[in-house]
Amino acid sequence: MALDAVPHNFLTGRLEDVVRWARRNSVFPATFGLACCAIEMMATGAAHYDLARYGMEVFRASPRQADLMIVAGRVSQKMAPVLRQVYDQMVEPKWVISMGVCASSGGMFNNYAIVQGVDQIVPVDVYVPGCPPGPETLMHGILTLHEQIRTGELLKRREVSPTGGAAIQVSEPPAGTPRMPVSISQAT
Amino acid sequence: MNEVVNETERLSRQTDEGAQELKASHELVVTGTVWPELEGDGETMIINMGPQHPSTHGVLRVMMELDGETVVRAKPVIGYLHTGMEKTGEQLTYVQGCTNVTRMDYASPIANEIVFSMAVEQLLDVEVPERSIWIRMMLAELSRMASHLLFQASNGMDIGAVSMMLYGWREREETLRVLEMITGLRMNHNFVRPGGVAADLPDGWQHAVLELCDKVEVGIGDYDTLLTGNPIWIERTVGVGVITTEQALALGVSGPILRSTGFAWDLRKAQPYLAYDKVDFDVIYTQNGDCFDRYRIRLTEIAESIKIVRQCVEMMPPGDYRVQDKKITPPPRERIDQSMEALIHHFKLFTEGFRVPAGETYVSVESPRGEVGCYIVSDGTGKPTRMHVRAPSFYNLQSMGPMMEDRLVADAVAVISSVDPILGEVDR
Repeated sequence: MALDAVPHNFLTGRLEDVVRWARRNSVFPATFGLACCAIEMMATGAAHYDLARYGMEVFRASPRQADLMIVAGRVSQKMAPVLRQVYDQMVEPKWVISMGVCASSGGMFNNYAIVQGVDQIVPVDVYVPGCPPGPETLMHGILTLHEQIRTGELLKRREVSPTGGAAIQVSEPPAGTPRMPVSISQAT
Repeated sequence: MNEVVNETERLSRQTDEGAQELKASHELVVTGTVWPELEGDGETMIINMGPQHPSTHGVLRVMMELDGETVVRAKPVIGYLHTGMEKTGEQLTYVQGCTNVTRMDYASPIANEIVFSMAVEQLLDVEVPERSIWIRMMLAELSRMASHLLFQASNGMDIGAVSMMLYGWREREETLRVLEMITGLRMNHNFVRPGGVAADLPDGWQHAVLELCDKVEVGIGDYDTLLTGNPIWIERTVGVGVITTEQALALGVSGPILRSTGFAWDLRKAQPYLAYDKVDFDVIYTQNGDCFDRYRIRLTEIAESIKIVRQCVEMMPPGDYRVQDKKITPPPRERIDQSMEALIHHFKLFTEGFRVPAGETYVSVESPRGEVGCYIVSDGTGKPTRMHVRAPSFYNLQSMGPMMEDRLVADAVAVISSVDPILGEVDR
């Protein structure tokens, strides 16, 4: 059938592009507020900055319904296993934004209590700097992620990808090494 | 509806005469027992709320023992945001210390900065200039407004008035904008420093602050219209999460929760610091100790803060914004370009910090959540030997158990929300 014989207007496109377009415009974040940054994350979703403009206003309470985990704040050693569990409960495709310096690198808290960068636990796609990052900074991070989704691989599984974020392989340490305070069993 | 009829009586605002009388009608003891092993008839069930839950204000975990839908007992489990800030505080100089404490109570950072700075100043035995005192007081009240506005937003959303999330944030954004104009940051300002404040007020601050006061005043009128007489709101909050004065005092609770029980304890009046004895304001308190009263107190306290801020604008004294003591104050920026000694002086202050005489001190101020205190032990070096912060949320959190007991599980969220804990401060 020739295209000009069709009675309606329509657009053509590659299926991959359509899927990417759909994914990019409906990223549902999980509420994973931890500390100061969570307040700024709430500000981003609230009236003035209005994250709804990017199709992202629905902060899902359940990780099963979320695509994006915004790790907003400092991750303590006690919280780290919980964070990993929430990440594992999210369904693919999923993305992680590390919001603020504490989540990205431990920030000013270089001590016994704080995980020095959430990328030791989950693979991170976008790091948002600041202490705390303002809503504009977070939105820039989100738009960067949107761009990554638009141009990225379609069928990437994070744990085995050599390029996507920090490809975490959690395994038992060699015999004799002191135990890390956090032990995370490999998700299967 | 009975509650509505009695409402004016219940809410009648009182000033402090006679409020300090305490009737010891109950035992001043709240029993804290060891958490039971789950055993026996299997009639009750233990469920966890959190640490990842939208209404736990961060990473609070609440263990609840349920009998059907009734909470038999509840226990907060904390530590999921333990940051080791008190330990980090021992590794930072007194100049850097404010950077640390301001991240504890991130909803009202100024109160933490003030209490830390005041403790250091007490050890140093310096008098800060009048203008810096008034700047501090104005910022503290702006911060209190921002914090209580955040409470209005999150409390509304937790109980089901989701539109409050948008309204509360609308006014909070305005407040943050003014704070950003003055301090340079929306949160975690690090603006109040030992010896004064970091900078003078910017040009045009009076106009910005007064304009903000007008906007927030309109805003709290809106909340009042939306919530106070709303039958659903009353149903969800009146008589929920009741705590008595005796229980509150036995648990060390302070702030709006204590004031909601009829005990008008406010450090701004009880032991005036900064210049609170020179401004006119009321201590808000109510009699019922329930969630509605705590909402109402915080709403009215915003109005009181506006009152104080307006007086600050009017009475702001001229002068220097920091103490001119070369031991603790860095030289002005222009001097650094001209003088080698000034450059060395500046470098020394920001690398080694200044030395503080040996001793210990405790200073407390009224934060939006209650009494925030700072206990510093100095051994005469540039860093504190011990820096402890008495965080009001930590103590207030203990009141959650008695409030939830024998109530429905649906009220648990209302109780958590009305305690208004900031977990960064609880776990530190």
